[in-house]
Amino acid sequence: MLKARIHVFLKPSVLDPQGQAVTNSLHALGYASVRETRISKHIEIIFVEEDRSSVSAQVDAICDKLLANPNTEHYSFELEEVTPG
Amino acid sequence: MKVSVITFPGSNCDHDAMQVFADRGHAVAQIWHQDTVLRDPDLVILPGGFSYGDYLRCGAIAKVSPVMREVIAHAYGGGLVLGICNGFQILTECGLLPGTLMMNRSLQFICQHQHIRVETNASPFTYKLAPGLALDIPIAHKEGNYCIDADGLKALQDEDRIVFRYCDEQGGVTEEANPNGSLDNIAGICNPRRNVLGMMPHPERAASDYVVSQDGIVLIEALENYFQSL
Repeated sequence: MLKARIHVFLKPSVLDPQGQAVTNSLHALGYASVRETRISKHIEIIFVEEDRSSVSAQVDAICDKLLANPNTEHYSFELEEVTPG
Repeated sequence: MKVSVITFPGSNCDHDAMQVFADRGHAVAQIWHQDTVLRDPDLVILPGGFSYGDYLRCGAIAKVSPVMREVIAHAYGGGLVLGICNGFQILTECGLLPGTLMMNRSLQFICQHQHIRVETNASPFTYKLAPGLALDIPIAHKEGNYCIDADGLKALQDEDRIVFRYCDEQGGVTEEANPNGSLDNIAGICNPRRNVLGMMPHPERAASDYVVSQDGIVLIEALENYFQSL
C-alpha cells in the first residue's frame, strides 16, 4: 500500500490571519525573533495499490478537485510504502 | 415563481428562505443534497449554514454532492441560482463564481446588521432597483472575506459584476463599513451571464414583519418584477 502525505498551504500572496494571530501569541510568549507564521493542512491518504505513478496521478487529481483551492492554495505531497496493520 | 431550496447536512437557513418566499405566495420545494432532480425551478437557492460542518473548507464538500451537478446544469442552462452566505461559498468552490471567501480579517464570527449598497440593476436579482440604494441586511459568518486576484477583480469591476458592496447607513462605501476585510467591500457578485448571484448577507433574515429589518423584501420584489417582465 502507499500512503500519500499531502501538504496544502496558502499561497505566499494570501493573507493568513490565523498565522498572524499565532505570531502575536508567540511574541507574547517572548519569542521575539519569530517573524512570520503560516498555518497549513497536512492530509494523509492510504491507497491499496502499489503503482507509484498511478497513485501520483490520482493524488494530483484529488488535490485539484477537492483538497486544495487553486485560487488560494498550493499543495505538495510525497508517497511512502506502508504495510497494512 | 417556483423556488427550490437545497438542503445540505448542516444547512440552517433553508427553512427561512423557504418561508419568506412561501409567505409571498411562491411555490417552494425543499431539495435534499442527495436528490438529482430540482423540480423545474425558476430560482434555485443555496442557503446559509455550515454544509458538511465546513469540513476541509467552507463549501468544499458540498460542491461534490449529487445535487450540485443539477444546480450547475441549471446555471449553465441560464436558470437563476442565488447563493446566500454558505451558498456563496459553495458557488465559489464549484467554480460558478470566481474568487474565494477567506476567514474574516478579525478572525471572529460576525453576526450583525449590515448595510449593503446595490451597485448595479443589471441582474434579475436587482431588477429595476436604484443603484446606490442602501439596504439593511444582516450578516452572520466567519469566512466572508472575499478575495480574488488583481485580474479577477478588474474583470468584476469592468463587467459590472459587483452586485452589492458593504456600506454605511447612508450608502457610503468606506473601509469602516467593511465588516470582514473583503476586497473592494464586495458583499455580492454575479457570473458573466448574470444568472448566478452569490452574497454573504442574508436577505431571508430581513423579510418578515417580526424581525428588525424588512429590506430583504426589496430583493424578493426585484425577482418578482423580473419574472413578471418576461
